[in-house]
Amino acid sequence: MHEMALAEGVREIVDQAARSNGARRVAAVRVEIGRLAQVEVEALRFAFEVVKRGSAADSARLEIVESEGSAWCMRCSESVVISGRGEPCPKCAHYQLQVTGGDRMRVLEIEID
Amino acid sequence: MCLTCGCGHDEAHVEGDGAGWHTHADGTRHRHDHAHDHAHMHAHEHQHAHEHEHEHEHEHGAAGHLHFGDGPAGAVATGMSQSRMVRVERDILAANDAIAERNRERLRARGIFALNLVSSPGSGKTTLLVRTIERLAGVAPVAVIEGDQQTSFDAERIRATGAPAIQINTGKGCHLDARMIEIALGRLAAADDSVLMIENVGNLVCPAGFDLGEAHKVVVLSVTEGEDKPLKYPDMFHAASLMLLNKVDLLPHLSFDVERCLANARQVHPGIEIIEISATSGQGMADWLAWIERGARVSRHRPGAAPHSAPGVVEPTRSAPVAAAAQRS
Repeated sequence: MHEMALAEGVREIVDQAARSNGARRVAAVRVEIGRLAQVEVEALRFAFEVVKRGSAADSARLEIVESEGSAWCMRCSESVVISGRGEPCPKCAHYQLQVTGGDRMRVLEIEID
Repeated sequence: MCLTCGCGHDEAHVEGDGAGWHTHADGTRHRHDHAHDHAHMHAHEHQHAHEHEHEHEHEHGAAGHLHFGDGPAGAVATGMSQSRMVRVERDILAANDAIAERNRERLRARGIFALNLVSSPGSGKTTLLVRTIERLAGVAPVAVIEGDQQTSFDAERIRATGAPAIQINTGKGCHLDARMIEIALGRLAAADDSVLMIENVGNLVCPAGFDLGEAHKVVVLSVTEGEDKPLKYPDMFHAASLMLLNKVDLLPHLSFDVERCLANARQVHPGIEIIEISATSGQGMADWLAWIERGARVSRHRPGAAPHSAPGVVEPTRSAPVAAAAQRS
């Protein structure tokens, strides 16, 4: 979706964290993007390169940790790994799934000087 | 700019704004008339530490930089790396979600049942909305927030029904966000205990990710589109509580497989409710109205007796919703 808006969100969170920690420079930004979070990771990288200019993260490298999608299968009564919404349970091939994880987008940590 | 859909965030405009005012994705509002970008390629050593203060008019010169050269971390101890990790753990959409929660609370306090209508462009949302408002006349007052990239045609169509409506133009933006709704709520003469319809920008991708503070997302899919849309855009159908399969009066002229479409929607979202509907023939309208009325009835049971709006909300004309059409635009 709108990776530019997300990149702006990352920049703001990083700016705030840098400011409150008295950082001179942000060397790295680590974000977690769930595989079900509707984010095109390469588009996010590109967008971040654009929006970071002039911010505390001006020279920061972006590290993206992708987390797996997980869901509760109501037929198998167990947690399974899925790669997208609308995908079947890898065990029983049915679609009675409730997404339980892998849909988050978070700034995990920053490395500062 | 959003690489998927061309979304930019510097041109959003809510009716009532003066020329040049706009709202950024982070909620800041300011005006300036020049196009600019902040790509500064030069290395620079200057020491000033400044940042944007928003909610005011300002000129961008060399502004837009944050410099931290003066901070305590500037004291370098020779031989020691100052580099350290700081745990942040914040959701990227936290700012939007916090405003959305504020909107939800504000709507709840006034007994307003808010729906976020999402679809592709051309699914018939606005026509369906007009018919819905006409049918709800005398049952529940309706107010509308219209989102489009450009023009206020849709808001004008809604106002013609007598319902209050406000148009948000997102400029290059591909979706409404919670901040835009917060501003619109302050200007919209929505009655207490009413139904608020938010017609999102026609787009089955981006609006799925942005909570506006609504009670439910309702996805409108028309039979002129394709049975496989729920599989192509699973996030949206997953986020929606209800799917309206619209324009079913056209089915005799099409090769649209209704059962396959419904199966696809349930594959993505097993619990989704579905109503087959036609704004033209009226088929399914009674079910849709009953669905709205059920939700609105729950919303009207709000805590505390005194219906009080948040600061800045235009006081509603409760007994005469039709008269509330007069508003700023």
